Amino acid sequence: MIPEIGQFAVILAFITALYQFAVPMYGAWRNDSRLMAVAAPAAGLQFVLIALAFACLTWSYLSSDFSVENVFRNSHSAKPLIYKISGVWGNHEGSMLLWVGMLAGFGAAVAVFGGNLPASLKARVIAVQGSISVAFLSFILLTSNPFARLDPAPIEGRGLNPILQDPALAIHPPLLYAGYVGLSIAFSFAVAALIEGKVDAAWARWVRPWTLAAWMFLTAGIMLGSWWAYYELGWGGWWFWDPVENASFMPWLVAGALLHSAIVVEKRNALKAWTILLAILAFSLSLVGTFLVRSGVLTSVHAFAVDPARGVYVLGILCVFIGGSLSLYAWRAPTIKAGGLFAPISREGALVLNNLLLTAACASVFIGTLYPLLLESITGAKISVGPPYFNLTFGPLVVPLLLLVPVGPLMSWKRADLFAAMQRLWVAAVAALVVGIAAMAWQWRGPWLAPFGVALGAWLVAASAREMIARTKVGSAPFNVAWARFKGLPGAAWGMMLAHAGVGVLVIGVVAITSWKEEIVTVMKPGEVMQVGGKSVTYLGESPVTGPNYTADRARFQVSSGGKPVSEIWSEKRVFQPSNQPTTEVGIEPFLSGDVYVVIGDRAGENGRTVRSYFHPLVWMIWFGGALMFIGGACSMFDRRYRVGAPKKAAKPVVQPAE
Amino acid sequence: MAMTRKQQRGAMIGAGLGALGLAAGLVLYALSDTITFFYTPTDVVEKGVQPGTRFRLGGLVADGSVVRGQGEVVSFKVTDTKDTMPVTYVGILPDLFREGQGVIAEGTLDEGGNFKADTVLAKHDENYMPREIADALKKQGRWKEGEKKPEGTTK
Repeated sequence: MIPEIGQFAVILAFITALYQFAVPMYGAWRNDSRLMAVAAPAAGLQFVLIALAFACLTWSYLSSDFSVENVFRNSHSAKPLIYKISGVWGNHEGSMLLWVGMLAGFGAAVAVFGGNLPASLKARVIAVQGSISVAFLSFILLTSNPFARLDPAPIEGRGLNPILQDPALAIHPPLLYAGYVGLSIAFSFAVAALIEGKVDAAWARWVRPWTLAAWMFLTAGIMLGSWWAYYELGWGGWWFWDPVENASFMPWLVAGALLHSAIVVEKRNALKAWTILLAILAFSLSLVGTFLVRSGVLTSVHAFAVDPARGVYVLGILCVFIGGSLSLYAWRAPTIKAGGLFAPISREGALVLNNLLLTAACASVFIGTLYPLLLESITGAKISVGPPYFNLTFGPLVVPLLLLVPVGPLMSWKRADLFAAMQRLWVAAVAALVVGIAAMAWQWRGPWLAPFGVALGAWLVAASAREMIARTKVGSAPFNVAWARFKGLPGAAWGMMLAHAGVGVLVIGVVAITSWKEEIVTVMKPGEVMQVGGKSVTYLGESPVTGPNYTADRARFQVSSGGKPVSEIWSEKRVFQPSNQPTTEVGIEPFLSGDVYVVIGDRAGENGRTVRSYFHPLVWMIWFGGALMFIGGACSMFDRRYRVGAPKKAAKPVVQPAE
Repeated sequence: MAMTRKQQRGAMIGAGLGALGLAAGLVLYALSDTITFFYTPTDVVEKGVQPGTRFRLGGLVADGSVVRGQGEVVSFKVTDTKDTMPVTYVGILPDLFREGQGVIAEGTLDEGGNFKADTVLAKHDENYMPREIADALKKQGRWKEGEKKPEGTTK
């Protein structure tokens, strides 16, 4: 009964979405306020219906109702509770339901928070959002029904792929989807603005927080996925330039460009047509990502099932939305009035360069990701494009961007004095140089580019620190003055400093792990010691253990630093039931200088184990940098100018709660 | 020096073309230099792949061919059921590496016709066969869609 309610809710949601698309769109065209007014309630209803369907599917998982085919294929009664829940989206059908649920959620959010939007713009934004729902709900109904029943019902389910049974992976898809789908709002705003033929500072102020939110979710989702790959897959890598990773990375790059260009629209009323294009491209790349991951053209842990009908359907959706929006753009963009003028050396100029380099970098990733698919479909030759390609293309495009990041914010709008900006940065430049030389002294045998990369990261961090000190006058003004200025800095300023510093920290981590990673593969017997990254790792022996749905051999290791034992870590070979699938768990001991990372392989000889161990220098900086970017995004989002209905600053200072 | 609207548009288009040109140049150079082809053992024989060329070798791990040698060295044979090629690898094999199952190895051919792999990839879960391998086997008529296992191999 419950699954049927869910099924019925999806059908109703589809009808509601059709209504949400057609009626307000027509109403905005006829300038009929009654018709436009149905947009918000329809968006809310659509969200409630999909949430109900999602709850029904979750209930089927929790109650292990194996008469539902989806539950039978992806769950098992002995699975821990959290993985019964995450199993709901650990499969194709359920994850698509989550996808449209988020889409409807964002639409409903515009309905709720968009009170101060002009009526026609609000109606059109919600209508466009509804049209995306129509496409994906019909996709679910026609090709991917999560509520299909089995008769007779099997007694036990097949279980979820064990490598997906992991806490980080339980929340990775929802975050990533929130990012992908969040960009749909920027897209809907862009399409609505093209129809309206009006783009102004207010438009940019509405779009930017949504883009920021989507970008933050993407950042968090990508970072979690990367972290998971690092500790779960046991190859010691954190990023593989895998097409599926690129699928999430491309929208992230373009969303980053969009965040910056929206500032120019807001502050200077320039770059309007370009910003609209970026908004369309960002969501288009999300759709491309969905296509790559969901269609089965790629085989990976993400391609749950290969069904050509689904691939063709998503490709169709892709063509309609990308083709349609770009055609609309070509037709309507020339009507958007060009805005303020600026000299090439100005903050606008710097942001244009930022945008060009980010989109060029994204294009190089795009070609590297799609070229193999294209070549195979044309010539039949199978190739793989791996890290060397991306290092050679993405790298050179990003280096100038990173060099410019600290300079841009110091330039003034319209026309800037480059020399004056550089003068204010000399301390940061010296700091970067010192860090680079220190890196060279510390690890002189590494590749020559590595100290340069570390210096580049330090340049960003130092420039952010300088900015913070200059703006709060820490050290030069009395403490209470500095503290007041510290508290008074706008959220956007904190956001910029933290996010830019986060990029710097991330760059240092990436350079360190790429250049100075140590790897040792050896056969060990109990009592034997190996040296990695200046730490000693002693193999203590192995013993069998039993988990809730697996059995394992656990190999224990003693990690010592400077002759003193620090801790005991273990690596396991697990065999999961009911699938009999083996997995390997990694043992990691984190130090400030980096991670000791131990993975066991097969048994070798009597009592012996093949052991692969790594030292990953400064790897924590990768996730820490990502976290800083996320926090920076949050600070910027809570800037007072975006606050819904934010009143004008009170004439008299009033006590405000901490932000 | 204030710019006119026309000059500004020209400068922007110039900068855009510059970035595009730089990206295109890098992409073309990288594509000519860094891509890796995928071959089955039969392809290697037919195309006469030269020793030292880096490529991906795909097929099934031949039954009874896995030999764990001294220490960390592992050798096995990769077959597409028509031709077979010996592979050596130093390191830890993926969890789902098994005889009779699909595998992709990346590395180079040495003078003696032995494939030295530096990376070995197996599938992610029990139900999945690398697409390249499935296609290659299908092309030879050895395996049809929906069959659990390719012919001529037993677990």
